[in-house]
Amino acid sequence: MAESKNDLPAVIVLGNPSFLKLYGEQFSSKFKLLKPWESSLPLNQFITTHAQSVQAMLCSGGTRVTPSLLSQFPSLRVIVTTSAGLNHMDLDECRRLGISVANAGTIFSEDVADFAVGLLIDVLRKVSAADRFVRNGLWPLHRDYPLASKVGGRKVGIVGLGSIGLEVAKRLEPFGCVISYQSRKKKPVPFPFYPDVHELATKCDVLVICCALTDQTRHLINKEVLLALGKQGIVINIARGAIINEMELVQCLVQGEIAGAGLDVFKNEPNVPEELLSLDNVVLSPHVAFLTEDSFQDLYELMSGNLEAFFLNKPLLTPVLDD
Amino acid sequence: MESIGVLMACPMSSYLEQELDKRFNLYRFWNFPQKNEFLTQHANSIRAVVGNAFAGADAELIDSLPKLEIVSSFSVGLDKIDLNKCKEKGIRVTNTPDVLTEDVADLAIGLMLAVLRRICECDRYVRKGLWKTGDFKLTSKFSGKSVGIIGLGRIGLAIAKRAEAFGCPISYHSRSEKPNTNYKYYSSLVELASNCQILVVACALTPETRHIVNREVMEALGPKGVLINIGRGPHVDEKELVSALLEGRLGGAGLDVFENEPEVPEQLFGLENVVLLPHVGSGTEETRKDMADLVLGNLEAHFLNKPLLTPVV
Repeated sequence: MAESKNDLPAVIVLGNPSFLKLYGEQFSSKFKLLKPWESSLPLNQFITTHAQSVQAMLCSGGTRVTPSLLSQFPSLRVIVTTSAGLNHMDLDECRRLGISVANAGTIFSEDVADFAVGLLIDVLRKVSAADRFVRNGLWPLHRDYPLASKVGGRKVGIVGLGSIGLEVAKRLEPFGCVISYQSRKKKPVPFPFYPDVHELATKCDVLVICCALTDQTRHLINKEVLLALGKQGIVINIARGAIINEMELVQCLVQGEIAGAGLDVFKNEPNVPEELLSLDNVVLSPHVAFLTEDSFQDLYELMSGNLEAFFLNKPLLTPVLDD
Repeated sequence: MESIGVLMACPMSSYLEQELDKRFNLYRFWNFPQKNEFLTQHANSIRAVVGNAFAGADAELIDSLPKLEIVSSFSVGLDKIDLNKCKEKGIRVTNTPDVLTEDVADLAIGLMLAVLRRICECDRYVRKGLWKTGDFKLTSKFSGKSVGIIGLGRIGLAIAKRAEAFGCPISYHSRSEKPNTNYKYYSSLVELASNCQILVVACALTPETRHIVNREVMEALGPKGVLINIGRGPHVDEKELVSALLEGRLGGAGLDVFENEPEVPEQLFGLENVVLLPHVGSGTEETRKDMADLVLGNLEAHFLNKPLLTPVV
């Protein structure tokens, strides 16, 4: 059944999700995409003119979905977001308005866990720093590279044992790391549970941040926690920048209160604190832990699948709210 | 034992050096630019040589040390020691197996992740301020990729165990099939390379395994394949490797060892699909101390007429 462009269900797209660059054409063959950034109209006017009857929204993880934004879409029934994290959305307001929400579910968990482990090994074994050393032609001049730290035997505390945290734990066990965790609730896993992050930090020398950003976890990792982690301590963050008090983290790194950090996320991306750029004991990445060809393909299929389900009155594939 | 002469082939560990100095009469070979003069003067005092991956005991050195009883290597690899000569002359040889297995395996996985996920490239991107101009590109997923291991010894098995936790199917090539594993065996290295996405060198360097990773193997691994070398530089035909990478016939490489360390082919410096490390496979504080203690333990055992801890010959 051939559908003309006008028969395709309409979806307002906010935040210009990057997967559209690769999958835009396929997506456009299934849905009539309303893209405000391609219009000369300011956003509010675009919405008033073109999106009053739109029932579905696709938004990126950077789009702030606030009550004020939602009030501009009187017909909105579903929001599908490309991120696993939900800290950019006012879920209570969505619930109140009867708007269903679907996210990226667990499709990124393996890639993010892989990256977390990659960062951890890099920081402890100085992989990026040693690669720089070789590329700068320094090896013939300084025969020996400074010794690094063994991964095995490290006491790794996972903050948030959800889908990503569990994948991290599974990967680190064969390295001989000793795993424990902090979470809102105890889980049916063989690892020691600590309800309090500070206590977890006193028992560990590596923290891997895997939890969601919420009001409760904002600045969860602060100076006290870092001091408790200790001078041999390493922090790996593949979650959200704001879970760590960034200023205090930078201070602790500069002053040697912890030994190093692997950071994929920051408080105010793409800005990264200047002081970190000259440190040899940190590894910095531009929010890419989830970003592989595989995961993008999966994301396209999931976003497309969720929207199709909505328009066919079927259950969403990765619903977030109990509707 | 302070009168026993021990020759240290090159600098390798200040802790080991200090301890050897305390217990024996230590000669630091690198402090004597005139090697022949040194040997004429001191050869008869030297009863032990301590070597490593860079410098050991070749036939020439062994022949010039008539009182040599034991070569204790600060490495697990024995390619810098003329084992046949040692056997011939009844000279004992020890190395440092097991204590460094985990570190080397950890680094192999670290290199796989660094290459596939472009971790070092990401770090450069941020430090150069490029994130402000745009997002980084898509990289290759590591979990689930098939890993082929050349040499399923201690290190090869440790790599397999770690890769399995990432859902990587494991296959291997070695001189003979190993009992007690479920991993798929390939009697042909080219066939292994054709059937895996990441190929890692984890075997000993012998005359048979020199340049075992040649052009044919690299082309079988292919434009999306990644080579990881935590063995010895001469395992890989380095010239062929450089052109395969430059021409895109090989997808990427994570290299901890090179044919002529510390020289690294400069053409690799500009490539973002390679990670280059200065032979740090066992380079952690913890492991180097364990290795040093094993060298010391072997030497002491020998001179006290006790069984050697980790004898090879």
